[in-house]
Amino acid sequence: MSVPLPLYLALSAALFTIGVAGVLSRRNAIVVFMCIELMLNSVNLTLVAFSAFLGDITGQALVFFVMAVAAAEAAVGLAIVIAIFRNKQTVNIDEINILKW
Amino acid sequence: MTAETLIFALLAIGAIVSAILMVVQRNPLMSAIYLIANFFCLAALYLLLHAQLLAVLQIVVYAGAIMVLVIFVIMLLNLGAENKLTERLNVKITIGVALVVGLLLELLYVVLGPGQDWVPAVVPAGTAGIGTVESMGAALFGQFLLPFEITSLLLLAAVIGAVILAKKRL
Repeated sequence: MSVPLPLYLALSAALFTIGVAGVLSRRNAIVVFMCIELMLNSVNLTLVAFSAFLGDITGQALVFFVMAVAAAEAAVGLAIVIAIFRNKQTVNIDEINILKW
Repeated sequence: MTAETLIFALLAIGAIVSAILMVVQRNPLMSAIYLIANFFCLAALYLLLHAQLLAVLQIVVYAGAIMVLVIFVIMLLNLGAENKLTERLNVKITIGVALVVGLLLELLYVVLGPGQDWVPAVVPAGTAGIGTVESMGAALFGQFLLPFEITSLLLLAAVIGAVILAKKRL
């Protein structure tokens, strides 16, 4: 492996911060949701990189579980978005504030 | 510059560009398309790191299952170009994005800056095959058997929860 580990971590950090910026700046609930998926994936890249450079399979097993949790999160999150859209006719997270004190 | 470095550079640029395009797109459907492109770049990076099974799972589960679900919901709610949300920049968002840039610089300093004694000096020999289906299966059904079984409970709970949430009335 001729590419050093810090470069993989730097790429992962860049993807993670792009995801954070998306969560903070976008107002569409589904796009916010996709930005969270991007952040999960950047962490997966970190885990796979460490797994490969340490020769340990634990990182890859953890990525497997992260994927399972992401799939569950996608199903429940999109069901919530559909339920909110049915009640309020919007997915703008600025207008969905009934839980805000 | 070896071929591996070149491939890594191309994939890294592709991943970052598609991620930025995903965030700045107005149309949520285009955001989803760019996110799928990003997932393919990441799958190729997994291959570069000898994680073959995860590269396939990345495409099948993420680009296949999850993103199809997202695109399905976008089309179901009809959030296309006609009724884009009015998204405007305000002071709070500007401060937030500035803080995010600070976070990026901090992270880059930690991973690329001085004092890299946490980087493994040599990659252990003979570990190129740890990402195959065989060794992943042995790990998942041996060392990680209990978490693996609990994952099935999580998926069952998610299925039931999604059905209950999306149903009009029970």
